[in-house]
Amino acid sequence: MSVQTPGTDVPPIPTPTASAPVEDVGHGSQVIRRQYLSEGSEWTFDLLRTYDQEIGRVAAHYGLDTYPNQIEVITSEQMIDAYSSVGMPVGYHHWSFGKQFMATQKSYKRGQMGLAYEIVINSNPCIAYLMEENTLTMQALVIAHASYGHNSFFKGNYLFRTWTDAEGILDYLVFARNFVAECEERHGEEAVEEILDSCHALMNYGVDRYKRPARLSMAKEQARQREREAYLQSQVNLLWRTLPPKEAAEQAKKDERFPPEPQENLLYFIEKNAPRLEPWQRELVRIVRKIAQYFYPQRQTQVMNEGWATFWHYTLLNHLYEEGKLSDGFMLEFLQSHTNVVYQPPYYSRAYSGINPYALGFNMFRDIRRICEAPTEEDRRWFPDIAGADWVKTLDFAMRNFKDESFIAQYLSPHLIREMKLFAVVDDDQEEQLEIAAIHDEAGYRIIRQLLADQYNLGNREPNIQVWHVDVYGDRALTLRHYMHNRRPLGESTPEMLRHVARLWGYDVRLESVDESGKVELVGECLV
Amino acid sequence: MSTFVDRRLSGKNRSAVNRQRFLRRFKGQIRRAVTEAVSGRKVADLERGEKISIPAKDLSEPVFHHGPGGRRTIVHPGNKEFVTGDRIDRPEDGGGQGGGGGSPDGEGLDEFVFELTKEEFMNYFFEDLALPDMVKKQLSAVPEVKKVRAGFVSQGNPSNLHVVRSMKQALGRRLAMAAGPRERLLEAEAALAELEAKGVGDSAEAVELREEIAALKQRVAAVPFLDTWDLRYAHRIDQPQPTSQAVMFCIMDVSGSMDQERKDIAKRFFMLLYLFLTKSYEKIDLVFIRHHTVAKEVDEEDFFSSRETGGTVVSSALELMRDIIRSRYPSGAWNIYAAQASDGDNWEDDSPRCRELLVNDILPLVQYYAYVEIQAEQPQSLWHQYEYVKSVNRNFAMQRILGLEDIYPVFRELFRKKVTA
Repeated sequence: MSVQTPGTDVPPIPTPTASAPVEDVGHGSQVIRRQYLSEGSEWTFDLLRTYDQEIGRVAAHYGLDTYPNQIEVITSEQMIDAYSSVGMPVGYHHWSFGKQFMATQKSYKRGQMGLAYEIVINSNPCIAYLMEENTLTMQALVIAHASYGHNSFFKGNYLFRTWTDAEGILDYLVFARNFVAECEERHGEEAVEEILDSCHALMNYGVDRYKRPARLSMAKEQARQREREAYLQSQVNLLWRTLPPKEAAEQAKKDERFPPEPQENLLYFIEKNAPRLEPWQRELVRIVRKIAQYFYPQRQTQVMNEGWATFWHYTLLNHLYEEGKLSDGFMLEFLQSHTNVVYQPPYYSRAYSGINPYALGFNMFRDIRRICEAPTEEDRRWFPDIAGADWVKTLDFAMRNFKDESFIAQYLSPHLIREMKLFAVVDDDQEEQLEIAAIHDEAGYRIIRQLLADQYNLGNREPNIQVWHVDVYGDRALTLRHYMHNRRPLGESTPEMLRHVARLWGYDVRLESVDESGKVELVGECLV
Repeated sequence: MSTFVDRRLSGKNRSAVNRQRFLRRFKGQIRRAVTEAVSGRKVADLERGEKISIPAKDLSEPVFHHGPGGRRTIVHPGNKEFVTGDRIDRPEDGGGQGGGGGSPDGEGLDEFVFELTKEEFMNYFFEDLALPDMVKKQLSAVPEVKKVRAGFVSQGNPSNLHVVRSMKQALGRRLAMAAGPRERLLEAEAALAELEAKGVGDSAEAVELREEIAALKQRVAAVPFLDTWDLRYAHRIDQPQPTSQAVMFCIMDVSGSMDQERKDIAKRFFMLLYLFLTKSYEKIDLVFIRHHTVAKEVDEEDFFSSRETGGTVVSSALELMRDIIRSRYPSGAWNIYAAQASDGDNWEDDSPRCRELLVNDILPLVQYYAYVEIQAEQPQSLWHQYEYVKSVNRNFAMQRILGLEDIYPVFRELFRKKVTA
């Protein structure tokens, strides 16, 4: 195993001394003064601080801009806890988190799965968890990965900047938990659970893709919540009121569509318009919707986010090694974990389960750096803007301004396509056989790049379902439309999903599929 | 700047509430799974947690997703043989190149497996049996312990502070710590007295000595009267209550009329008695006797699984039990319990014999004898004879059982005795 050297443009930085053995190692003619931060694999809080300081120093050297870090040491049990609340440090109670917890606990106990090294929360300060059982090397890796890698991504990437509010999230989660608990007291656990079940089912359809959400904060939320309850109820009542309207106006109104435009945010539409929801139920819908919105950027930047963090833990620790601060033993342990993380099994391997986002992301960031530092003739043709540019700035720009889909479309290079031996398979149910659409050759580069980018487009991965029509003056039925993409039908969960929608809406719900030629077909309905 | 927080001691079990929510929501399925688990267990094997599996589809969290069909394009890594335009057959069940589908380790995806703790498991078990709460509590309680003295320790809580011991310790420490200076003090005082006797009480040497004496006195005085490490606490440890041994006889009719359902009820009956006994005795022997016209001692597996045809002679089992008690379990050394399950059939002439055996030979030796008649159509001769036995003996209980909830009353007496004891 060889240790790759990070850039040679790194000037040596004077180091604060740490009490550690010093040795002089002859290295050809050059003598590197090695002064390890530590030896042995046991960690202490002092050592963690030392490592954090050093890693932070190097991170600053590369211009990583981060929120302040709050690093918490926890036990494996607490890690399982954290796992099962999908990484929310404060969560309301729900059986699905219990299910998650039990499943995790079981597979951890049976040794089927190691726990993730780290959980990091997009908040300010940025909270990262270290597991007590890990060795010092692993802790250093996690600090570099989470507290500097992910942290800078959270702070810099445009999606996180637009969609999430790192300052307010913890307050909001506390508000949400208290509110849910209060509802349980007032209306019973089961009643709350029903609403939450249905909202969770629709969570992926609870995001605004275009509007920017308002800032969250507990004080404001609480003050506005009661106001909103009263106001919303009055709005809804107006919409559904049954006093006979004037004749002419009625006719005009009947011709109006409601909603005038199809709505993609189902939970938002339900929160604002469902006729039968109580105010507290509307607030629950809102809470789930807000949390969905908060996690939305993470779902859109998996490859980038993990790739970025992996790239930086690799680069930062290698930098420290180059400075002579890390022992060979440390590096070997580190590289072993790192290699596991970025391993991409080929498609014919039993271990293959799709493209590993860590591997793809890491490879892409490294590839961008390569293109900047040592561009080939091919790179100059494909990436005239960045070939030969300053790699730190180029990477920073890439991190800030893209999501998975656009990142791949922009930066996946022929070199990397060849290296990963990517190929595309078309599975068409009208054909007998699968067809290889493109492979890693001159004719295929652009196709592969586009197809892989599409693969990370959330809009393609999830069925596109929108609110189409509400029969305001008739039976109040809600009609949803599924816009088909490549003739792909809905899965077998549809009837159950419609029951969830109907529970929230309170009246009949219909679902129509629209194929690419514009033909509409009723695929399911749930009558209440 | 980073902040480090040690959270290891706080907020354990944050998911306990969510776990309870889960159990509550799927109560029905879990109870069914527990019932199945119980029938697969041995009588003595009830009291431990259990892996429970319930169908995963019951607890799925649905989302809208695409179904199979349509046209999909997927990018895979690691090409080694394909060129553009190749056509290949669809891989079967998605393994290998199709990607997706099929869990590689063969773990069943359609079952959700999790563990119940011992207490949770017992709760589900008790629910079926309709036990009163107090009984449940007593049965799931850990064996009783008694606090006993076990010397002294240097750490403990203030209420256990042992004053005499602590003072003794302090005295020793004061002596030891002051010994050096005090010795030197005596020497200095002697020297000073000598100087004064010589009449040079104000020489430079004497002044120096006086200073030294003052310093030494201060040092001696500075030795603390009582220090934290003098403190001694009375140490108490948990000692399990002395327990004794018991033997439990399980007697069951295995004639043709005892079908599987009746046997399952009988098994619960035996399990419950066993549970009662585990609360009072550390060591419990189990003896299984099955009978039709002849009785035989068998192991547990045979006991519950075998089935024979023919008539029923209950006394054969009682005789065998009597003989086993005589040869292996002298009643002076063993607490003897017996549980008998039958569908009530017996050979007409044999029932009076049973009565005599019980009253004369067996009941004087045993602590408790419980009899259940499972799903019998009419009380038969054996029942009538046993009613007589019950009227003359306090340690005999009997019950006709239609469902699981009828089992507990058999033990009511037994339990009451335990409470008053």
